[in-house]
Amino acid sequence: MADIHPAGTGSRIIRWIDYRLPFVGMLQHELYEYPTPRNLSYWWNFGSLAGIMLVVLIVTGIVLAMQYTPHADYAFDSVERIMRDVNFGWMLRYAHMNGASMFFAIVYIHLFRGLYYGSYKQPRELLWILGVVILVLMIATAFMGYVLPWGQMSYWAATVITNLFSAIPWVGQSIVTLLWGGFTVGNPTLNRFYALHYLLPFVIVAVVLLHLIALHRFGSNNPLGIDVKGPQDSLPFHPYFTIKDLFGLSVFLLIYAFFVFYAPNFLGSSDNYIPANPMQTPNHIVPEWYLLPYYAILRSVPNKLLGVIMAFGSIFLLFIVPWLDTSPVRSARFRPIYKWVFWLLVIDVIALGWVGANPPEGLVVTVGQIATFYYFVHFLILFPVIGKVEQPRPLPVSIGTAVLRHSEGAQLGTAGAPMVKP
Amino acid sequence: MADLAHQNVTGAHSGETRRDFLILTASAIGAVGVAATIWPFIDSLNPARDTLALATSEVDIGPVQVGQRLTVAWRGKPVFIDHRTPEEIKAAEGVDVSSLRDPQADSARVKKPEWLVIIGVCTHLGCIPLGQKAGDDRGPYGGWFCPCHGSIYDTSGRIRQGPAPLNLVVPPYEFTGDTMIKIG
Repeated sequence: MADIHPAGTGSRIIRWIDYRLPFVGMLQHELYEYPTPRNLSYWWNFGSLAGIMLVVLIVTGIVLAMQYTPHADYAFDSVERIMRDVNFGWMLRYAHMNGASMFFAIVYIHLFRGLYYGSYKQPRELLWILGVVILVLMIATAFMGYVLPWGQMSYWAATVITNLFSAIPWVGQSIVTLLWGGFTVGNPTLNRFYALHYLLPFVIVAVVLLHLIALHRFGSNNPLGIDVKGPQDSLPFHPYFTIKDLFGLSVFLLIYAFFVFYAPNFLGSSDNYIPANPMQTPNHIVPEWYLLPYYAILRSVPNKLLGVIMAFGSIFLLFIVPWLDTSPVRSARFRPIYKWVFWLLVIDVIALGWVGANPPEGLVVTVGQIATFYYFVHFLILFPVIGKVEQPRPLPVSIGTAVLRHSEGAQLGTAGAPMVKP
Repeated sequence: MADLAHQNVTGAHSGETRRDFLILTASAIGAVGVAATIWPFIDSLNPARDTLALATSEVDIGPVQVGQRLTVAWRGKPVFIDHRTPEEIKAAEGVDVSSLRDPQADSARVKKPEWLVIIGVCTHLGCIPLGQKAGDDRGPYGGWFCPCHGSIYDTSGRIRQGPAPLNLVVPPYEFTGDTMIKIG
């Protein structure tokens, strides 16, 4: 350990500093030597991608904030000024709004990766919970950011979402008035949303750091879902995974850049280019795509309070997933039933997204109710029951034996190499 | 030995009750202090005095013809003023009150039967229902229809179908003249 130094850390100045402020050594340990399971697939790229998107959003957001005016009379015009007059303003704003979409897409893939490979299981429960906390903070931040341009969708999204709290018995209406700072969504609401939209990303950064501390305590899970048992199971993070993450990043940036430069409004709603009008509700209110499933659950329940409880509940269920899943085996690769049921959840969430995007009539309502019902059945019934009844396939002895035998077999050309099975 | 140990335990015990009491009272006073300090921060988010000052609107309803509907702003919200036709009044009064989700007789919702004054904000999630303009979809009860989540109101502004839990709210108002009303 002590004799391997990345470039620079061996210098006397660095050592002088590190003796007093053990930061360089920590970075070296966590980003360079950090032993990482050698079998990580590209599904493991999305954590670092999410971190990079968070930085992109903060940087674009700070420069946008320097041009934006948080006042009900000027907000819309100041955003249009950013689009038309500010140098590269259009690019920064498109990068910010599409960046939010990309951030959610990445985080959702990251989350489903965790669900498939059982990354939330002992001893990574807190790591998972911190991830869900980040998701909740992201939703709050994205919602408040969406209000800032003060278009029709901004205004009515703010109205509908804040009104969710009016479902709380007795104190609901007072809470809504408190949130608004008035009798409707108005200038005080815009001002406080702006303040919080600026604050929350830094709270997210703090929770991300906790997420990383929890991650580095036991290291990454891996596609086999078994623990690293020795040096033959892992590789140092640098250069093996830095280069893999960078390659994934460059592929991702192509997709991101496509949206920013060629389809910047594809993911948004054109109604938000109409200035907010408190006297007229748009005929069809839809949230941004990343909130559609929750919105679908909200609408599918015919009772207001229950609808609100279930929409929030759909997220809060994620907090208790480590205890709902009773299977001792992490990776779905070795779980013959869960492996397929997992994809039902993916289809279910996509169906909910479709329901949320369409007006609640006819087939949409039926599909919405079935999909909502399934969502809760999946977590509350299938998760615990499958863990109990399923017969998992045998696990490999170690990551090393499972992945190295393939490459060795290929090198030697011995197709019939003895298989090591427990 | 046993005696000594016993004495020690009781001694420590009585000392701890005293200390427990001090810790408890000190924490209680501390909690009250913290709550009192937090309250100004929270209350600052409530409507400010200038917001509260804009709380009444006066409207001349003389020009509104029978069957016409007028929208005015009160506290930043739309207020629907409906000069109801005799048929609409009859429809509103003829409903079996006990069959309603939010049971309320039409007579309890109006000061003069021909004038219905209600806040035009859907009690579900705050959208503005359709029905004020000539071509709008008024829903099967001839009242208002909320396009957001499909709540349907009758000619008295009462909830008849859809997710909204309550009738459209009647704001506080009074007739200050034959054709003048003051809302708020």
